[in-house]
Amino acid sequence: MNNVPKKLFYSRTHEWIRKDQKDQEEIITVGITDHAQCMLGDLVYIELPEIDSSFEDGQECAVVESVKAAADIYCPIPGEIIEINEELLENPQLINQDPYGKGWLFRVRPFDKNFTKLLTADQYSKQVASEAH
Amino acid sequence: MGKKTPLYDSHLAAGAKIVDFAGWDMPLHYGSQINEHHTVRQGAGIFDVSHMTVVDIEGNETASFLRRLLANNIDRLIPGKALYTCMLNEQGGVIDDLIVYKVSDTAYRLVVNSGTRDKDLAWIKKQAEQTSIQIKERTDVAMLAVQGPKVREKIAAIFSKEHLQKILDLKPFHYTTANDYFIARTGYTGEDGFEMIVPANQAANLWEKLVSSTMSPCGLGARDTLRLEAGLNLYGADMDEKVTPLESNLAWTVALEPKERNFIGRAALEKQIQDGIQYKLIGLVLEDQGVLRNHQRIIVENVGEGEITSGSFSPTLSKGIALARVPAGTGNHCLVEMRGKNIPAAVIKPPFVRQGKKTF
Repeated sequence: MNNVPKKLFYSRTHEWIRKDQKDQEEIITVGITDHAQCMLGDLVYIELPEIDSSFEDGQECAVVESVKAAADIYCPIPGEIIEINEELLENPQLINQDPYGKGWLFRVRPFDKNFTKLLTADQYSKQVASEAH
Repeated sequence: MGKKTPLYDSHLAAGAKIVDFAGWDMPLHYGSQINEHHTVRQGAGIFDVSHMTVVDIEGNETASFLRRLLANNIDRLIPGKALYTCMLNEQGGVIDDLIVYKVSDTAYRLVVNSGTRDKDLAWIKKQAEQTSIQIKERTDVAMLAVQGPKVREKIAAIFSKEHLQKILDLKPFHYTTANDYFIARTGYTGEDGFEMIVPANQAANLWEKLVSSTMSPCGLGARDTLRLEAGLNLYGADMDEKVTPLESNLAWTVALEPKERNFIGRAALEKQIQDGIQYKLIGLVLEDQGVLRNHQRIIVENVGEGEITSGSFSPTLSKGIALARVPAGTGNHCLVEMRGKNIPAAVIKPPFVRQGKKTF
């Protein structure tokens, strides 16, 4: 079973979402889950959004490509991109090695603090289990 | 639940991610397919390829039968030697690609793809209907491939001195036997190495020994990127019954001489040559970053369009590479349609990598 940290939120499309503080402002950090990186296999190429670009929730904003497949990454919360993980451009396999840590994708200043559409760890685990059947 | 090779438990014990491949539960990787790829380019890797189908053909008429069945000419063989060939239908389309080994004047061994097993056996049996030839699928064997520049030193501990010498003396595309093992200097990676056909009940033991001599288990994921870098076609992706070997970078495997050898598909190939071959299979290297994928559209300005037949990422070159079928008049550059954008790619003659080094 893949790792699903309890303290994070999740999207149905396999992104994880962490609430962080930056300069006393509430922001979110987004990555892909352990389950997602495991399904994709070794990642080899990442396209990240431009800083200052804005996205609706559920809008495509990045692409991760493994040897096997390409997957779109959807912005889980409406907001503005304030930071991207440039280390991934050189070393995409950080996502495989540490999906919840060094493999984070981007940080967003949310337009809306309503996170009720997101899944809890338990809800996400149930979704993954049901997809396996 | 699919079919399992005699090495299935060994794969689970080694932490394999198992996937379905042509009805078989096979290892995709044991952690990282890219690391496995590099291991084969720089060291030694071991693959379970027991899903492949081994067919022994025997009888007085075998040689004349194979002369008709196969597009390459088995008269090029002597006992102990192997040949890569296509098996064609009457239209010149590729039913399968395979390796044929000559055992004696009346006995040959074929190794064919697992995905085409049923139709291959049906076709071979149909062609042999009016003969006394015996066709026997060997379901009692397993097949291991050991590949990489360090394989020769690493097998030293496994074999007796006498057997080891025979194995190390093999030239490419030759085989020998060692007790119950059938060992050929062949492979699907572009590196030196051997493929071993062994009794199913001895396979796990041999696998253990090879792994303890520090050969790393490698899965089908690495096998695919290795063969693609080596410019080796994959049946079902790069060619099938709708195309001929002449459109598949496999003209070198078709023996048109001697003219009197009337193999199945010959007339269609001769007509195609006469009419002009419209397409060719070439290699593509993406100039920018990104990964090429099967079925992406190729645009060749002022010439026409083509399609990627096998696209992936080359771990050795760190670039997107592909095999693609394009119009015969294609030059050195083309465009690949990737997610709505046209991205430039260089056209090369495969392989991309041989024996660890870039070849273009």
